[in-house]
Amino acid sequence: MQVRGLATPPRERAIHIALMAGAGLTIVVSAGLLAVLVFESVRFFGDVAPSRLAADTVWAPAAGRFGLWPLLAGTLLTTLIGVGFALPLGVLAAIYVSELAPPRVRRLLVPALELLAGVPGVVLGYFALHALTPALAQSLGLSRLNALSAGLVIGVMLVPMIAVLGANAMQRVPLNLREAAYALGASRLTTILRVVLPTARRGIVAALLLATARGAGETMIVAIAAGHVPRLGFDATQPTATLTTFVLDVSMRTGATTAPNAAYRAAFVCGLLLVAVTIILNVLAQRALASRPAQAPR
Amino acid sequence: MSARDPSRSIRGRTPARIGDRIFVAVCAIAAALPLVALVYLVLQLLIAAAPRIGWSFIVGQPALDAHGSGILPALAGSVTLVALTALIALPVGLAAGIYLAEYAHATRLTRWTERNIAHLAAVPSVVYGLVGLVVFVRTIGFGRSLLAGAATLALTVLPKMVITTRDAMRRVPRALRQASYALGATRWRTIRHVVLPMAMPTIIERAALSVARAIGEASPLLVVGALGYGVAETRGAVSGSSSDSFTALPVQVWAWLTAPDQRYVANAAAGMIVLLVLMLLVSALGVYLRRRMTRAHEG
Repeated sequence: MQVRGLATPPRERAIHIALMAGAGLTIVVSAGLLAVLVFESVRFFGDVAPSRLAADTVWAPAAGRFGLWPLLAGTLLTTLIGVGFALPLGVLAAIYVSELAPPRVRRLLVPALELLAGVPGVVLGYFALHALTPALAQSLGLSRLNALSAGLVIGVMLVPMIAVLGANAMQRVPLNLREAAYALGASRLTTILRVVLPTARRGIVAALLLATARGAGETMIVAIAAGHVPRLGFDATQPTATLTTFVLDVSMRTGATTAPNAAYRAAFVCGLLLVAVTIILNVLAQRALASRPAQAPR
Repeated sequence: MSARDPSRSIRGRTPARIGDRIFVAVCAIAAALPLVALVYLVLQLLIAAAPRIGWSFIVGQPALDAHGSGILPALAGSVTLVALTALIALPVGLAAGIYLAEYAHATRLTRWTERNIAHLAAVPSVVYGLVGLVVFVRTIGFGRSLLAGAATLALTVLPKMVITTRDAMRRVPRALRQASYALGATRWRTIRHVVLPMAMPTIIERAALSVARAIGEASPLLVVGALGYGVAETRGAVSGSSSDSFTALPVQVWAWLTAPDQRYVANAAAGMIVLLVLMLLVSALGVYLRRRMTRAHEG
């Protein structure tokens, strides 16, 4: 929308350049982010051969053992528990918000869900440690710090996200598809299950992928409720450790004060892995959303 | 679909209705559960915090004695973080958002920049902590300071602010810009006097929400070296206060929560209430500013 035929006044040009610099800065931020992570990771691999990450099964940086599997297992375990808990609840809540709730209830429900989505990790971690774990400990034989409570509370954090994103996807389903289903005599249940959900499935898959990325990156809930005990295995009743809790743990030990060592640099390898995982999941989510416009199932 | 056989929908009518009702109820329960959890959480916090919360807690200093401990340094730290984070992130976020909405052509570079911003928004905050540690604390030399903490939090909110600004600007109808151009206004004058005034209320409201959420984040602050005060020396805590570091509400809460001494748990709960109230106040400030700006704009 440029006015042609007129010379751009210098003030206009200066403003244009200043604004462009702002946009450029976001690229600088991501370049800097990658540079920091890659630089420290490369120095880490100067001390520790990359093969040791895959060949070892013990993560004990203080003892010079850098087997990644325990951290990956812990991340996978807590994330899967969280997503597994949040997906059914989130989709049902999304159906309610988008398809069933009276407008007045919806106007209250959406801000309330966003309020829950804004509860900080430390508060949710407290909830896991001091409310959920004591409630479940007896019947399930949980230890005080355990992956199950952390995972379930990650799920609580993810429900609003899946519900809001899922509801948005369902809102994008054209109204006439629903009307056609009703006109053919379908009940509300049939319309939702056979028309709305299949049409919105790409949006729901995208919500699932974004929630997974968010769950894998959650730090405080796991650090508080599951501790930081790297163990290879998927026993949810026991403490665990994740990529994020290691980053937190090591930077609190050596971060700002002592000279960098291999353990400190390993945090950047974990950071790089976390960025890779979130970006891959994001790209997949964007692809799921962009691949085709909403279309009726055949 | 059932419509292929018209008789099916008629025969199936009554059971379908009962099924419908059960389904509606299940969905309503699923939607209500998060809210029940939220209410339960707040009640639990209030009960746990009851022995501590009060004026002397808010204006008191942290001390090894859990009973007489207060939260003032952490509260002051978080209030400072709100201001500094907004001051750092808002100008850049506004500039980038305005550029993407108003100036950038639909080139491959623009699309790539926008996708990059979406990715930045999804990077876990603890990773931004690592970047802050290397860049702000160690390289630039801010040290373990509030400034380093705020710069790190600003990194986490920047992508959200760009997206908010861009989307709010794009929602302003094109016809208004054309009317302004027709009156001879330049592009910047059009943005400054037509588009921004309409988009600004939304931008400010959403930006306040982003900052409110950012100050609840403990992990980036812990990674750049923030400490909880007045807790026996452990990871992330010092027994007194610290002159070469800083503290903030989520960090103080973390230190109390992870201290082996269980008497600190009530302090943690009370600290969380202070944190949640501060977050609500910052978001409410955004809502208030939006309302005021909308009124000024209309009147």
